[in-house]
Amino acid sequence: MLNLPKTSKNQPRKKLETLPKHRSVASYCLGIESTADDFSVGILSFNGKVLANVISAYVPDKGGIHPREAARHHAEVAGKVLAEAFQRARVKPQDVHVVAFSQGPGLGPCLRTGATAARALASYLGVPLVGVNHCVAHIEIGKLVAGAVDPVTLYVSGGNTIVSAFEAGRYRIFGETLDIAVGNCLDVFAREAGLHEMEGMPLGALVEQLASRGQTLIPLPYTVKGMDLSFSGFLTAAVQLLREGKHSVEDLCFSLQEVAFSMLTEVTERALAHTEKPEVLLTGGVAANKRLQSMLESIAEEHNVRFCMVPKQYALDNGAMIAWTGILAYQHHVTLPLEKSFVKRKWRLDEVPVPWVGG
Amino acid sequence: MKRRLSKKYRVPKLDMEIRFHRTIHEPQHIHRAKEAGVPTPTIFLVDTVGTTIVMEFIEGKQVKHILDDLPPEERLHLCRHIGDLIGRLHNHGIIHSDLTTSNMILTPHGRVVFVDFGLSERSMEMEARGVDLHLMKRALQSTHFKYAGQCFDAVIEGYTQAIGESVAREVLNKIGEIERRGRYVSERK
Repeated sequence: MLNLPKTSKNQPRKKLETLPKHRSVASYCLGIESTADDFSVGILSFNGKVLANVISAYVPDKGGIHPREAARHHAEVAGKVLAEAFQRARVKPQDVHVVAFSQGPGLGPCLRTGATAARALASYLGVPLVGVNHCVAHIEIGKLVAGAVDPVTLYVSGGNTIVSAFEAGRYRIFGETLDIAVGNCLDVFAREAGLHEMEGMPLGALVEQLASRGQTLIPLPYTVKGMDLSFSGFLTAAVQLLREGKHSVEDLCFSLQEVAFSMLTEVTERALAHTEKPEVLLTGGVAANKRLQSMLESIAEEHNVRFCMVPKQYALDNGAMIAWTGILAYQHHVTLPLEKSFVKRKWRLDEVPVPWVGG
Repeated sequence: MKRRLSKKYRVPKLDMEIRFHRTIHEPQHIHRAKEAGVPTPTIFLVDTVGTTIVMEFIEGKQVKHILDDLPPEERLHLCRHIGDLIGRLHNHGIIHSDLTTSNMILTPHGRVVFVDFGLSERSMEMEARGVDLHLMKRALQSTHFKYAGQCFDAVIEGYTQAIGESVAREVLNKIGEIERRGRYVSERK
């Protein structure tokens, strides 16, 4: 057994500023992310320095993410990824002060695998556990690395499509998808078009490549309902056009991107006008798309606000974001007793109090 | 005057299509809303080439800015009235598609004027009505979180009176269905 820190487990500790003097070494938080296809471990010091952010992606042989297979991948690589993170961070396990994990939302089997690892680690080390909301974490790491303070955030990935901003204690959702996520829509279309995912080359990037060679805009349903969006009918229409075979895949990818991203940008712009926030933050897997970046940059310029772009390694699902949010929560006495650390597959962003933001 | 400006982020073809479509349809829906007994601005001129609509300026305050500060009884009364107007629109086959408190203006005479029909469509379907009211609910939750629950209940009360109990019940069921379709909703299994 390792040397246990003095405090008993699960007991909320004092704020960072008032930590006991004998902890002369810096404090660290380890974060485990496992909501979907990535298993990742991040280690951050309490002052917000990323010391390690190791990501292992599960790449399916065919089709989309199979939750059980993804969870099996996570369980297989967990030990290796943890060891690599400790090694890169040059931090010893017993120096970890808090363990954070993504408690939701996400795929059940994947979440449970990460949660199991986090519980085991926290109880072995005798340190507090923090359950982090995956969507909050995306926003928090984005703010940290892109230097945003109070942004309107467009979070777009394979599982989420959310326009949010902070208002009275929580990240409020101003617009979101009514059905499937935009990344999911692009992925399914890409698979229908016979494209295959490769390590380091996600389907979205392949669609972007093809789109750059497309020129003709093919009509597709533009579905904005108030501040919300819908992509399921849009996807069906696109797949039908693909099967008809009258248009080139390049033109279809081009049209798919132009229409879908215009919808996202319209809603983000309206949220910006409504909230009058000084920044717009783009994050999530789809944030890597250059065309979407340029559209958001354009509205930021028009509204005279700062465009904050999250670098890829922190825009994709990653452990660093979980660790950072874990630190923020821990400093505000938000910890999770082991017996209450069950995962929340459908944990909405706007359900989570974020006492560390604002006054 | 409402001029639909070109959005630089959109490719020109899509940009023109959207502006043209909205400029043509907005005045039509605004006119039909009047037939339904819902106050809307008077249209003076429609310029489809310049994508511009010249219409009456409505004196008053956006409901967004006053709702939270009203005395409780007045607040509920206003919400019931809004619900009644939405019911009238739906009865007449108009789906507003952007029901937020920013798009409702309370005049000094106490009338509520609906504006911004740019996203509106014609439909008598329960699905469309459900989505429309679901948007109203979400707008209340994001902007008036303190009173969202009671306000929406009052909206539904007014709506039920305008459209009849059986239709209202169907629409309410539809809202539940739409919410469960969304991502990460705890009620969904």
